[in-house]
Amino acid sequence: MSLLPFFEWCENVGVGQAIRISDWLFPVIEGFHLLGLCIIGGAILIVDMRLLGLGLRRQPIAELARDTRPFLIGSLAVMLVTGVLLFSSEAVKCYYSFAFWFKMTCLALAIIFTFTVRQRVTLMDDARMSPIKAKIVALVSLALWSGVGWGGRWIGFS
Amino acid sequence: MSGLEFSQWLADTPWSIAIHEGPYPLIESVHVLTLCIFVGLAVMLDLRLLGVMMRRVPVSEVARRLLPWTVAGFVVMVISGALLFYAIPVRSYQSIWFRFKVLMLILAGLNVWVFHSGIYRRVSDWDLDPVAPRPARVAATLSLVLWAAIVLSGRMIAYNWFDCYKPQSAVVNLLAGCVAEASIP
Repeated sequence: MSLLPFFEWCENVGVGQAIRISDWLFPVIEGFHLLGLCIIGGAILIVDMRLLGLGLRRQPIAELARDTRPFLIGSLAVMLVTGVLLFSSEAVKCYYSFAFWFKMTCLALAIIFTFTVRQRVTLMDDARMSPIKAKIVALVSLALWSGVGWGGRWIGFS
Repeated sequence: MSGLEFSQWLADTPWSIAIHEGPYPLIESVHVLTLCIFVGLAVMLDLRLLGVMMRRVPVSEVARRLLPWTVAGFVVMVISGALLFYAIPVRSYQSIWFRFKVLMLILAGLNVWVFHSGIYRRVSDWDLDPVAPRPARVAATLSLVLWAAIVLSGRMIAYNWFDCYKPQSAVVNLLAGCVAEASIP
């Protein structure tokens, strides 16, 4: 079964059409997508850097993870809403874009990883955590989220 | 030599053309994704000052431990940003978005200077306060607003609504410094 008809449908829904027709809606939504990027980037980096023994390394990991969590979830929500809007205006282009599929694959993996393995590890008592395991979790998280970012930027160039 | 003449001179240098035709998308991606490190971490300090995040972590600890990363991110931003300007100098020089962004950058720089030479000098007095004193909160709020404006106006440089090669209102022509013979895209 091809997903193309679904992508064509997305593009023809009223919202997608409105964004495509407007001169300024796409750039403005894209702007907020970028502001979300700043927040999600900061919230992820603080914790992943800490897992690597960098940055706020004197703070308990669990405390940093709990403090940044509302901002991680909030900015992820902004990213998903603005992202779906941007997608709906050019869904067919995305269907044929390698960067789009690369980004979506990384995004799915990043979300699953963040809210399962990474969440369990970061909320664990510091004393029980092995430093090697912490570093691996941070590197996987950084690799997946970087893939999302690079893939996203590259959709615009394809 | 005027700013425009300088931009035209830059545009004719071989490296400007080479970047424009070559690694421009790569440099732009680095510029955008470094937002996570530079603006992202600067925002984390602002949120700490406002008392909405990491309330139990001393302010000086957040500032000192994150500063090297923020500075490194800033250096990457300035270098990649300068290269992006160098690749498209004339159009950027005549862009109201670019001009607005530079103005906001100067204000953001002043805000950092006022914060560090003012209230932050006495940080030991309020290091552990869950919510920083008013002058620090003002600096944090200004920082959030200015960086948001910088990110948004930076993104808008790519769009051509106010480009000089199109007919523009007198206000836009004045603010963008449009010169007819220099504005062919």
